[in-house]
Amino acid sequence: MVLIKKFKGALISGILLGLLFAWDAGKGIEAIKISGFALKEMLSIIPPIFILLGLLDVWISKETMIKLMGKESGAKGILLAFFFGSATVGPLYGAFPVAAVFMKKGVKFSNIMIFIGAWSTTKIPMLLFEISSMGAPFAITRLLVNIPGIIIMAWIIDLVTPDAEIEKLHQRMEKM
Amino acid sequence: MRIIYLYGVSAVLLALSFHKSREKTKKALKKAWKSFSKIFPALLGILILVGVLLAVFDADLITMVIGDQSGWIGVVLSATVGAITLIPGFIAFPTASVLIDNGAGYMQIGAFISSLMMVGVVTAQMEAEYFGKRITLIRNLMGFIFSFLVAYVIGRVVDGLWF
Repeated sequence: MVLIKKFKGALISGILLGLLFAWDAGKGIEAIKISGFALKEMLSIIPPIFILLGLLDVWISKETMIKLMGKESGAKGILLAFFFGSATVGPLYGAFPVAAVFMKKGVKFSNIMIFIGAWSTTKIPMLLFEISSMGAPFAITRLLVNIPGIIIMAWIIDLVTPDAEIEKLHQRMEKM
Repeated sequence: MRIIYLYGVSAVLLALSFHKSREKTKKALKKAWKSFSKIFPALLGILILVGVLLAVFDADLITMVIGDQSGWIGVVLSATVGAITLIPGFIAFPTASVLIDNGAGYMQIGAFISSLMMVGVVTAQMEAEYFGKRITLIRNLMGFIFSFLVAYVIGRVVDGLWF
């Protein structure tokens, strides 16, 4: 029963895949090919990310993390959040477990949101790639709009989220 | 290529950690495994769903709805496609440049790329497990709206209307 609940999403997706097959077998095969490719990507990227995550959790103390990116960290905290988010590789779902460890270590909530924003959008290796395929005007314009955008959105989310809810999040991450 | 760096850095740090304390390293690996096994079931569902969605929203369909004459309707549609799909950047950018060669507009592609990266409908359930439903909804909604601003600025700059 627990297993079914855990794999509920996979089950629903599997049913959708079955429906796609019934509708158009060619599309079904294409879907499996794409999923297989994405799975390979996930399995190749995830081991190092999670190993780094485990090491971060064990070796970096809460006090250090609070000093670097906590409540009083100011501009340094924002820069570090951008740096950590931008220096990594991997799809957005890889950012959530990292954010959980950050929260556990006392990183300020708005910096967590900046980290998520940077991870999703301003990755450094991706930028070079974007310049080469879309051209510099496209890539640089996007970057210049995104940096303030990420900070402002993080700030708004922080503003509209009650302190009690953030406190509850911190407690929830503690258990993860 | 970049993955090799990531593996290199993890291997070096892991070795360093092991050298300093076996106990702590074991604990770190246990934690790594625990966080992985926690998100794996959800991820598996997401990856299957991504395959289904991308098979349905193929390049032909995308080009049809986001041509450079499609205007704001095209922007809204491409932002929506970007929000629903989950395509890694190193596939998305070459695809986008092919779409532009085939007649898609810069504004529409700007909206697509932007919402593709910031908004994740298929990963929303997983995000909510970490941040709760409310914050997840706000973050994704804002990212979606923001992609229109990005589209507008990119359209202006790249089509040479501003500089």
